[in-house]
Amino acid sequence: MRTEDLIKALDADAGKMAMPMGKAWWVAVAVAVAIAAAVFFTTIGPRPDIMPAMHTMRFMSKFVFTLVLAASALALIRALSVPGASTSRRMAWMLAAPLLVVLAVVLELFVVPQADWGKRLVGSNMMICMTFIPLIGIGPLAVFLGMLRYGAPTRPVLAGAVAGLLAGGLAATFYAAHCFDDSPLFVATWYTIAIAFLALLGAIGGRLFVRW
Amino acid sequence: MTGKDEAELSGLLRAAIAGDERAYADFLHRIAALVRGFVRRKVVQGGVDPEDVVQETLLAIHVKRHTWRPDAPVLPWVYAIARFKLIDAFRRRGRRIEVEIDEIAETFAEPETETVSERDINRALEGLPPTQRSVVSSISVDGHSIGETAAKLGVSETAVRVSLHRGLAAIAKRFGRQ
Repeated sequence: MRTEDLIKALDADAGKMAMPMGKAWWVAVAVAVAIAAAVFFTTIGPRPDIMPAMHTMRFMSKFVFTLVLAASALALIRALSVPGASTSRRMAWMLAAPLLVVLAVVLELFVVPQADWGKRLVGSNMMICMTFIPLIGIGPLAVFLGMLRYGAPTRPVLAGAVAGLLAGGLAATFYAAHCFDDSPLFVATWYTIAIAFLALLGAIGGRLFVRW
Repeated sequence: MTGKDEAELSGLLRAAIAGDERAYADFLHRIAALVRGFVRRKVVQGGVDPEDVVQETLLAIHVKRHTWRPDAPVLPWVYAIARFKLIDAFRRRGRRIEVEIDEIAETFAEPETETVSERDINRALEGLPPTQRSVVSSISVDGHSIGETAAKLGVSETAVRVSLHRGLAAIAKRFGRQ
């Protein structure tokens, strides 16, 4: 087929265009939040003492970490999902959440006596953490990988990994409302492992499923 | 690539998205010429047919045109797609050469077997279900309109549009990374 002929066919098919990416991302985020909320509230749900907990710095700091991670990952993946968008500044913003966690860990090490470090790091329910963050995040990850297929990422593996970080940030935000371990030492260890697992799954998904 | 090109092309694509078919044809012709120049500069040795890459890029631009933000420049978007499709072509060629060596080892008794380029858009067209194939080739190769194609095949114009849309999407998907 000559290129000229192909253009005739493309032109004849110009009629209706699919939903623009910007709008489609917000739909995807809404669906992902709904899925994560459904899984969270039908399984573990928030901790019973959530109201008093909300007055403590440590409890609230968890949401700062997870929401900053989710927001920076969303900004980056929106750029990664379309060709030719510049990503360097959004990449730099991905450092925000890890830096906040590092800062909180340093503060915690100053405030807490050394004898308690181990206890705070191990916490009381790390297995639940490492089970439920991926469990809450797997549905959103599938939604975000679907969005990458709908879009046109020129770096599908990286975009898939960021989809995992976004799903992880979202899932960890819900999970943090359940978790009794509020120490930054716990968060920096077990949340990170759980979210990294989702990022790895996302990278594999990007490699295998995101083709265009 | 000049500022004038950029302004004209993004204007054309905006008009096309708003429903102006003439603007879309104009846009695609000019993009084809730009991409052809880009690909020919990059493909210095054989193995990759530049025109194949041009066609795949046009298809990808078409099926992914919803990924362009109307307030963003259009040329970086076009060249990012062209570069992606070009790398894909090189990558596949590398893989195909490996496959060919294996095949020679296995089918040494029949060396006359000709290797046909799997990237050729005609092959993708042949892989379509019959209705989609006849619609796509009626409009592209034979140059008929939607209405003429509908009359020729004895189906509604809507059915022709749907078959064309699905057929093009299927061809584009076939060219996707594997």
